[in-house]
Amino acid sequence: MTTFWSGWIIVLTALNIVGCWWLIRWTMKKRAGESSEGDVTGHTWDSDLQEYNNPLPRWWLYLFYITLVFAVVYLVLYPGMGTWKGVLGWSSHGSQYEGEMAAASAKYDPIYKQYAAVAIADLATGDEYQDARDMGKRLYLTYCMQCHGSDAGGSRGFPNLTDDDWQYGGSPEAILASIANGRNGIMPAYAHLDETSTGQLAEFVLSLTDRSTDTAGAEAGKAAFIANGCAGCHGADGKGNQLIGAPNLTDAYWLYGASPSMIVKTIKGGRNGVMPAHKELLGDDKVHILAAYTYSLSKK
Amino acid sequence: MQAQTYDYKVVRQFAIMTVIWGIVGMLVGVIVAAQLAFPDFVLWDGISWLSYGRLRPLHTNAVIFAFGGSALFATSYYVVQRTCQTRLFGGPLAAFTFWGWTAVILLAAITLPLGITTSKEYAELEWPIDLLIAVVWVSYAIVFFGTIAKRKVKHIYVANWFYGAFILTIAVLHIVNSAFIPVTLTKSYSLYPGAMDAMIQWWYGHNAVGFFLTAGFLGMMYYFIPKQAGRPVYSYRLSVVHFWALISTYMWAGPHHLHYTALPDWTQTLGMVFSLILLAPSWGGMINGIMTLSGAWHKLRTDPILKFLIVSLSFYGMSTFEGPMMSIKTVNALSHYTDWTVGHVHSGALGWVAMVSIGSLYFLIPRLFGRESMYSTKWVELHFWISTIGVVLYIAAMWIAGVMQGLMWRAVNADGTLTYSFIESVERTYPFYYVRLLGGVLFLLGMFLMMYNVWKTVSDAKPVDDAVPATA
Repeated sequence: MTTFWSGWIIVLTALNIVGCWWLIRWTMKKRAGESSEGDVTGHTWDSDLQEYNNPLPRWWLYLFYITLVFAVVYLVLYPGMGTWKGVLGWSSHGSQYEGEMAAASAKYDPIYKQYAAVAIADLATGDEYQDARDMGKRLYLTYCMQCHGSDAGGSRGFPNLTDDDWQYGGSPEAILASIANGRNGIMPAYAHLDETSTGQLAEFVLSLTDRSTDTAGAEAGKAAFIANGCAGCHGADGKGNQLIGAPNLTDAYWLYGASPSMIVKTIKGGRNGVMPAHKELLGDDKVHILAAYTYSLSKK
Repeated sequence: MQAQTYDYKVVRQFAIMTVIWGIVGMLVGVIVAAQLAFPDFVLWDGISWLSYGRLRPLHTNAVIFAFGGSALFATSYYVVQRTCQTRLFGGPLAAFTFWGWTAVILLAAITLPLGITTSKEYAELEWPIDLLIAVVWVSYAIVFFGTIAKRKVKHIYVANWFYGAFILTIAVLHIVNSAFIPVTLTKSYSLYPGAMDAMIQWWYGHNAVGFFLTAGFLGMMYYFIPKQAGRPVYSYRLSVVHFWALISTYMWAGPHHLHYTALPDWTQTLGMVFSLILLAPSWGGMINGIMTLSGAWHKLRTDPILKFLIVSLSFYGMSTFEGPMMSIKTVNALSHYTDWTVGHVHSGALGWVAMVSIGSLYFLIPRLFGRESMYSTKWVELHFWISTIGVVLYIAAMWIAGVMQGLMWRAVNADGTLTYSFIESVERTYPFYYVRLLGGVLFLLGMFLMMYNVWKTVSDAKPVDDAVPATA
């Protein structure tokens, strides 16, 4: 803020506060020839509208003064008058946000730290770690359920975490990596292919789960599957590749829908699945407990 | 020479439309309240133009600008003539404001359910309608201030100070906040960027409350309370202090809508400090109105119109205490984004704005149609009780719901995680949504009773225009 605008704010603010004070004093002044207290002022409108010349009620006046004094004191203590920072040094982001976060960190971090050295598999199954899993569930309900659902059952585009089918692997290490660093599963769009080709590709994909009704189409689709590079990610046998998050096309789990029309849609439009990274947001200890909780869901 | 009469035609038009728009706006309010209580109900399930997001702005626009606006037009045109002892200035311009305003309301009723919106709260109407509003409002100012200029009495009555401040400020607020860059006939973008846009929007938004819903209705209060009570206004001095203090400090209060946002700290601080200073100037109006009755308290027992007017001031005092408290950052951290805000707004909108308008209309309508009084004073009394119970149910339900939501959202477990998910707070709010709906239905029922009473009063009466008395 420039000095000019800072001065502009200060002058206007001061004028208004001082103006209120002056207004009260000026109005309270006794004037020569005015009607006495309890009498009407002498003006009449619309045949019978009149005004008494009563003084300002005392208690109300003090209320007014108190708010004006409060305003002055507050504006000395806190930022308000242009670039004046206030003698308390308070700011919403600096002292308040950072301060509250630091206080929370001091209070809660040790609770999570106590499980940092325990292996994820042990945390997920050991009877003595029920507390850690309860904590993991609460973390899950705060940070994860928005996409994966409160029952962790997932929804279209967001994997089910309670089964044993994993896009990027179900080992404790793989789950921890998914949560900490996030994932970005990209299926490129094959929008350049014509209707026949996408239909045949879909037919081949359906044939992998024995749902094809057009053997010739599936046969042609198999050639296209290789020719178009699909096998590069999903593998020649369609069993996928967890290293790059390419789904297995031969099982019963379909992240983006199993119907022929949804498969065509996936081929034509591609998909872009994003799991955000949580390491920065939550810190290693909470991610560790979340990984253990997630791992425990598939082991029930 | 034939005795000149006051120009009451436009007053009658706006007065009758106030009742009708009141029913329309509150009916839409009851519908959106029911949508929150019964979201899956078959009547609105899956119909886009009946969805909450489109009907809610229709409700707010209809009650504030159609109902409240018509009440302000009607009473200000009536009061300014009688207290200036002259006909309205500007000839056909007054009629233009009626038809122009009606056109604005009809356009709002069509475009908002279609989803055509600027998305600025209380300023949702798109730019062509904004232009029409500006033209109508400037015409209103010409009529009002022109009438003041040609007044036959020396002093300007206090009610006119408030009406004048309201008209002038709303013109400035509307024109500045509605600076849009048009893209098509139904789509435009705000001229201001980011946080500045938010600040200007709430500078407008809070002053829509301060000037449209407060200063204007204080003008109404300053005429109809002393008239109905037959008593002089309590204190001229008090009216001077609270008028100037109110209009100068209200201007600063907008940032309290944006506590703990991207708005700079200094702006938030000034918003809070001036909102607190506002307490005394606001209460000045309440004191001046209520104390006007001193020496005539017994009239409250028998006169339901006075009950409406005085109870409206009680709600005004209550919500203008609540408002400054809610503007304190630590309180706001609990109340913001909860139904407490909705309760606060309705203790002002139903308790203050609607009840002072209803009381004033019950005074005004018989006089515009040459009747001694309303067709049934008993019904006015019944209306008073129904609406008072309705408001109390409404605001009490929203207070409890709001505090509960605020507490649930900030509750944490021993390990620092949130105790409740958002949807749990929604589920717990249902009982309060039912009570709120009941309160709203009661208030609406009262309006239907009023419409019937008005109909019986005016249906075979002749419009009467009082003679302008010779200058004293």
